[in-house]
Amino acid sequence: MAKLLKNRELLLVGAILVLIALIAWRFPPFVAPANLARVYNDTSILIILALGQMAVILTRCIDLSMAANLALSGMVAAMLNAAFPGLPIPVIILSAMALGAILGMINGALVWKLDIPPIVVTLGTLTIYRGLIFLLTNGKWINAHQMSDAFKSFPRADLAGLPVLSWLSVVMVAVMFLVMSRTALGRAFFAVGGNPHAAVYTGIDVGRTRFFAYCLSGTLAGLSGYLWVSRYAVAYVDIAAGFELDIIAACVIGGISIAGGIGSVPGAVLGALFLGVIKNALPVINISPFAQMAISGMVIITAVAVNARAERRKGRVILKKAEAV
Amino acid sequence: MKILKSLMVTAAVSLALMANAAHAENKKIALVVKALGIGFFEAANKGAQEAAKELGNVEVIYTGPTTTTAEGQIEVINSLIAQKVDAIAVSANDTDALVPALKKAMDRGIKVISWDSGVAKDGRLMHLNPSSSPLIGNMIIKLAADNLPDGGDVAVLSATATSTNQNVWIEEMKKVQGNYKGINVVATVYGDDLADKSYRETQGLIQSYPNLKAIIAPTSVGIVAAAQAVTDAGKIGQINVTGLGLPSEMAGHVKSGASKSFAIWNPIDLGYSATMIANDLINGAEAKPGAELKMGRMGAVKLDDNNEGAMADPFVYDAKNVEEFAKIF
Repeated sequence: MAKLLKNRELLLVGAILVLIALIAWRFPPFVAPANLARVYNDTSILIILALGQMAVILTRCIDLSMAANLALSGMVAAMLNAAFPGLPIPVIILSAMALGAILGMINGALVWKLDIPPIVVTLGTLTIYRGLIFLLTNGKWINAHQMSDAFKSFPRADLAGLPVLSWLSVVMVAVMFLVMSRTALGRAFFAVGGNPHAAVYTGIDVGRTRFFAYCLSGTLAGLSGYLWVSRYAVAYVDIAAGFELDIIAACVIGGISIAGGIGSVPGAVLGALFLGVIKNALPVINISPFAQMAISGMVIITAVAVNARAERRKGRVILKKAEAV
Repeated sequence: MKILKSLMVTAAVSLALMANAAHAENKKIALVVKALGIGFFEAANKGAQEAAKELGNVEVIYTGPTTTTAEGQIEVINSLIAQKVDAIAVSANDTDALVPALKKAMDRGIKVISWDSGVAKDGRLMHLNPSSSPLIGNMIIKLAADNLPDGGDVAVLSATATSTNQNVWIEEMKKVQGNYKGINVVATVYGDDLADKSYRETQGLIQSYPNLKAIIAPTSVGIVAAAQAVTDAGKIGQINVTGLGLPSEMAGHVKSGASKSFAIWNPIDLGYSATMIANDLINGAEAKPGAELKMGRMGAVKLDDNNEGAMADPFVYDAKNVEEFAKIF
């Protein structure tokens, strides 16, 4: 099974390389190292969000509210900065993450304690969080000139050739890799999604595990909120509207099973990178905006089709192994 | 018993009379916008409220969907029909999709006008353009050309590929392009009014056209995102971002030099005029080609063969006046 998973990720790496080669054929400057670094930087936020979504999907849940959580946390971070320009950036980042975590906890608690289907809970909180931004701001924007220079320059600061934003996503990937593979919680995510009933027998509290998955996705959404707002130097009600679908698409492309229990950190990262490469390539290869949407859609469906087949095959492999024993 | 009965009848009749009186006193005009939470429309609401105050007997209901979808607007319009408003003034997310809902409203005697972004002729009595499309098309390329005495490559960053007004402005811009010698429009790209996509499209333009001298973004989300992308790419001074934007949103980018100047009509005046026209129609004015409708302090609007009229010229903002207007909208 481990071998198969590895193969799927190799397949995705191959697909990304083929994609980049195709783009380079139409637009050679795309493969310049500086440009690839720029593409990675642009995809960093999506990677961080996909990691959080992955944890939630693994437990057979889904978090549709991530983009709304991002927007609300980002808006609060921007408002904090506008009101107290002297506040150190780490404090702002931590408050955005804390707020994100609280919003995630609300999702988690509703799923855990009230046993409402996750898609319904997060569909509801999605609109609530967006609505809250509106109530908070009365629809006003926080604009570039209202943000302090430190606020805007932090993710752009150069550290050993890459912007801090890129490094942050690298750190998050490393942290999540350790959490998923080396901690009881990380393993519990897989157990709960793979077979919730069996998980109960091993002493795992299914609801509690899901609660923590939502906390995690919320915290990462909060962090992304600050990053998004400072990167684009603007905060308003509609930022990242519809982005929740990109996050889920990144997970699905990365081989994380919507049915739960199957997925990996490299998968989520590669899925996000695949989308990121497409998003950055479409503007430079000069195709109609209508075709762009169709292409994005086709890629997602192709990925799901490939994944569905891969999952079926895996089932057979496990049975064969059992027979052999 | 008899007394009680007559008392009840009297009470009922007087209640009905009072309801009628209240209805006649307060005309309800609904200002339906593309989406709530957009600075431009919030400013239009300010103008509409000003008109309501001036008229005295008008109540403005400011409403709209939370995202810029035609479906959301149809829902809003249906609920306004149920509330029996007297007039609906709508800035449409789609030219045709709203027509059936608006026709239903007109069948019930509601006066329907569109403003800013129009609906098809069947779905409204008249359309108020903030300015005339030829004037805007000319203005956006003039803004780019004014800072390029020697000419050069310019590109357009629009909203979605289906946005009614952006498409018309770009078409008009291309008609007068010949008047600006040396200005070469190399591409039109679409940022879908999303900050991240607009930013990415701008980066794409910078990469694809190394000699790019100006980016024209006739959309408020796009112009801000383009200015930020140009700033991040270190191209301030080489690429001038211009187009249509709000002073409060652009003040920082004008100060940084990413944008030398941009234009917008006054949204406060626009909301004000739409409300005044709706009121004029409720009072019995007829919208037909050649008719003049009253817009209070903005004068009058004359309707063309399509029952459309233009309010005023777009106004240019630059380093000299942007700070002052940033406080207003």
